[in-house]
Amino acid sequence: MNVLYLLLIPLLPFAGFLLTGLFGKAFRGSSAGLLNTTLLLISFLLSVKVVSDYFFIHGLLEDRYVPIIAFQLEWLRFSEDLVINMGVLMDPLTAVMLLVVTFISLMVHMYSIAYMKGEERFATYFSFLSLFTFSMLGLVMSSNIFQTYIFWELVGVSSFLLIGYYFQKPSAVAASKKAFIVTRFADLGFLIGILVLSYYGNSFDFLALSANLTSYDSSFHQAAIGAGFLGISALSWGLILVFMGGAGKSAMFPLHIWLPDAMEGPTPVSALIHAATMVVAGVFLVARMFALFALGGTNVLELVAWTGIISAMMAALIACTQQDIKRVLAYSTMSQIGFMMFAIGVSGYGSESGLGYTAGMFHLFTHAMFKALLFLGAGAVIHFVHSNYMDDMGGLRKMMPVTHITFLLACLAIAGIPPFAGFFSKEEILLASYNANRIIFWLALFTSGLTAFYMFRLYFSIFWKKEKAYQNHQGEGGGLLLTPLVILGILTVVSGFIPFGNFVSSDGVPVSPHLDLKFSILPVGLSLAGIIIASRLYMKESVLPEKLSARLGRIYKLLRGKFYIDEIYLFIAKKIIFRFISRPAAWVDRNIVDGLINTSAAATQLFSISTSGMQSGKLQHYAGYFLSGVLLLIVLFIFLLSN
Amino acid sequence: MTDILLLMKHELTLVVIIVLLLILKIREKEEGAENYMPFVNIMLAGNFLLGLVLNRGGELFDGMFVSDNIMVLQKNILNFGVLMISMQSSAWLGRHRHAPEFFVLLLSTLLGMFLLLSSRNLLMFYLALELSTIPLAAMCNYDLAKRRSSEAAMKLILSSALSSGILLFGISLFYGATGTFDFREISSLADSSALQIMAFIMVFTGFAFKLSVVPFHLWTADVYEGSPVAVTSFLSVISKGVMVFALCNVLYTVFNQMSSIWYDLIVITSVLTMAIGNLFAIRQENIKRFLAFSSIAQVSYILIGISGMSAHGMTSSIYFILIYIFSNLGAFGVVAIVSHASGKESINDYRGFAHKNPALAWILTISLFSLAGIPPTAGFFGKLFLLNSGAGQENWYLIIFASMNMIVSLYYYLRVVKSMFMDETEEEINVESTWLARLSLYICVGGILITGFTTGIYEHILSLAQSLK
Repeated sequence: MNVLYLLLIPLLPFAGFLLTGLFGKAFRGSSAGLLNTTLLLISFLLSVKVVSDYFFIHGLLEDRYVPIIAFQLEWLRFSEDLVINMGVLMDPLTAVMLLVVTFISLMVHMYSIAYMKGEERFATYFSFLSLFTFSMLGLVMSSNIFQTYIFWELVGVSSFLLIGYYFQKPSAVAASKKAFIVTRFADLGFLIGILVLSYYGNSFDFLALSANLTSYDSSFHQAAIGAGFLGISALSWGLILVFMGGAGKSAMFPLHIWLPDAMEGPTPVSALIHAATMVVAGVFLVARMFALFALGGTNVLELVAWTGIISAMMAALIACTQQDIKRVLAYSTMSQIGFMMFAIGVSGYGSESGLGYTAGMFHLFTHAMFKALLFLGAGAVIHFVHSNYMDDMGGLRKMMPVTHITFLLACLAIAGIPPFAGFFSKEEILLASYNANRIIFWLALFTSGLTAFYMFRLYFSIFWKKEKAYQNHQGEGGGLLLTPLVILGILTVVSGFIPFGNFVSSDGVPVSPHLDLKFSILPVGLSLAGIIIASRLYMKESVLPEKLSARLGRIYKLLRGKFYIDEIYLFIAKKIIFRFISRPAAWVDRNIVDGLINTSAAATQLFSISTSGMQSGKLQHYAGYFLSGVLLLIVLFIFLLSN
Repeated sequence: MTDILLLMKHELTLVVIIVLLLILKIREKEEGAENYMPFVNIMLAGNFLLGLVLNRGGELFDGMFVSDNIMVLQKNILNFGVLMISMQSSAWLGRHRHAPEFFVLLLSTLLGMFLLLSSRNLLMFYLALELSTIPLAAMCNYDLAKRRSSEAAMKLILSSALSSGILLFGISLFYGATGTFDFREISSLADSSALQIMAFIMVFTGFAFKLSVVPFHLWTADVYEGSPVAVTSFLSVISKGVMVFALCNVLYTVFNQMSSIWYDLIVITSVLTMAIGNLFAIRQENIKRFLAFSSIAQVSYILIGISGMSAHGMTSSIYFILIYIFSNLGAFGVVAIVSHASGKESINDYRGFAHKNPALAWILTISLFSLAGIPPTAGFFGKLFLLNSGAGQENWYLIIFASMNMIVSLYYYLRVVKSMFMDETEEEINVESTWLARLSLYICVGGILITGFTTGIYEHILSLAQSLK
């Protein structure tokens, strides 16, 4: 394994970040974008090389992909046992994430050169984008949970910076703060979880943690199971808290409220961070610690599964009612991540029962392609129309043929129509949940049909319906804007045929999923039904949708209001936390704490004045103090302290 | 012969420079010192660099003079501090008629200090101590026109005469009790008889005087205030540093047997020093007096580190002195520039200083933060290691008392920062500084910001300290 290549993969974007960040003013025109895109292209090629080396040369040992610590360095040593390392862990999961992150980031970089052209802080934008890529790569390569946490926060920071990129807009500032605070809140859980797990597991390294906490005869495992709180073992608590961090980053219910607002950032950022890479970090985290979740914690995976399916279904319902196309896509992202999450949640460890794990990661992979494509397409549309709202769009298929075709491909993929990428991964997820938990399976099936409906509602509203008069003479956009769309479009068609199970599985042993055609009839049929309903409602201008929403009345309002979860949060924050905790705390601080401090300060002052006579300025006094000091010490030590 | 050249390299280099300076002085014309300030600084830099290479351990003159890795490190740290001080005072000395003599005195003091560190014999120890004190008194008098400067010199020389007398008395008592001056023999003969305890306390007061440990500190404020800033910074950094090193060496090797006694002694004096130093610092109006009392308080934290009685005790005090050199010289460097440009030395004169001189104000702020031990400056790590070492003795009251005192000290450090940044003033101070002074300030700030995060430094010193045993 070539360590240099492996280390260069994250370091090249980091170099780009430093160069464009520090010398942003020195870059003229698009040169900052070109520089970073070139660095990222190299980074991508290196990861292709490294990943293929891993899969075809180094990784397979006795028919099993083994994790390799490619690089390790001792960072902090607190004691013999407690050591924090920095390292690179190479396993199938890292390999897939490396490809996804570098590739999507490369596409988004290319696209951004055209999309952000003429922006005043062009170089700053690219430096943030590269910072994000660096952090994300660092996150997926970490060999150590503490290192993961560091990059996890760095990813959060770069997301914060990019959401608030248009800092002149108050809504962007509010959204960036919201995203940061909500995810930080979740990260608190993550941090405590890390401490709990590493305390019981006696290490921060992923491999050592799994080894220590999953084997039933190890003393660490016994201790972690033995200790408990509220009837839940310490090990389960640790995993639940870690999952809380993951749920925050991946916008799972009820910590999802930041994601729709995060769409205030530039659209390419939404494609990269809030669709394809950062938001799946939570899924990645659970997958990274899957052995612990599956073998260590009792029933924690069930929590993961239910959180996933609830989020998936709720987001899909909300997505049916939104008007802002980026928000529709945001909710659809949340819904699809819910799919990945519950796929992992219903999975077992090893061989056939591990299908859910493979399926979840497969869906992560395909979803990254088509969701990035959807966002980039939406970006092109917004660029053309100068609006985010569906009402301002319609009939764009003739004016934007490339965008139209690629967008359609992505919609078909997300709806799960064969032979597009989403079909294969979603089918596997449904199969896994069918084998594991029937209730979740039916809910997922319903959500899958709903997905087809709201995606085609979006598609028809943008590209069909009545043509509007657009104030635009610049056309669809240049080659740089369209090339990523075409590349992603092709991948959306073909990436489903990758035998994913041969590479990624819960325990490293390749599995070959066998799709049953009879099983696929129901989901595909439901999706087609969703598409047909959407075409009836939205393909032509009609009053049907309004009638329907009027008929649904309350329910429609509830969905339109996103289940009022934002309002619930506001209520808790303002009415309860501020009134009953913050204000009394402020009172105590002002009256009691400050009072104590003032009293002690006054006492100090008094004592200080009363001893000032010592410093008289007269040498003979000094000598007197000196000699009496010597004598006193002698007397003290010889007569009083000597026994 | 090569033995002497290599083992005494630090001392011999100083002697060579002193001789060169004397020749220079004889050939001097009327035009003043400005022309050869760069030359002096280059020699000092060369001296520092030469100290870093070709080092060897060993002993000379029947074991009266020894050298080992940790001593070499200590001497290098002192060389570095002297170089910084010389750079900072280049503006002041450039116009001074007797600059070459100043350096002769300064380097003689330093020579005395080096010999003090290397001596393994009480008599030589005493001589070295005197060599490091008497020229210092002359330096205090270097603001020839100011009466306060003469007063400072007078107070220093008389006080140190008293302290030397007591020290000498202690040495003679030791000789009486053990019949030898040699450190190793004393070490094996040391016990806790009343005579030896008395002798030990007297020797200890010799150190305590130089370190300004309460109640032997009273000379400090007057001398600091009256002396030129360059001398004040020398007194507070170099002179303190060398005594900390020497105290560490002596307590850990010679008086190892008496550790139960000196542990109590150090705890008592450090508590006193901490309380008095902080309380007096609060009320000072003159910035040099203020820094004098702050340095008294700093010494008490070092004593806590030394009380740890382990390799960590020695390491943390050396590490702290290194950081203390950066922090204190950063602060004194700014004070020197202001004092030289405007003659102002009161804290009130620093009101609104940041508006006109943001760079200097920030340097002073960072240095004061480091002195106060606010993370992430190096001072925080320095104090952390000191307390950590002291905690090795599990005397938690002492550690808690020290931590509380650090909080009290925040008050007076931040007071200066507040008056620089938040207060308004009509009278603005216009300062100009030489590039040498600016360079030294940047080095100090760099040191403050970097040292704490470079974990290798502490571990390097620790490995040297552990190899001693």
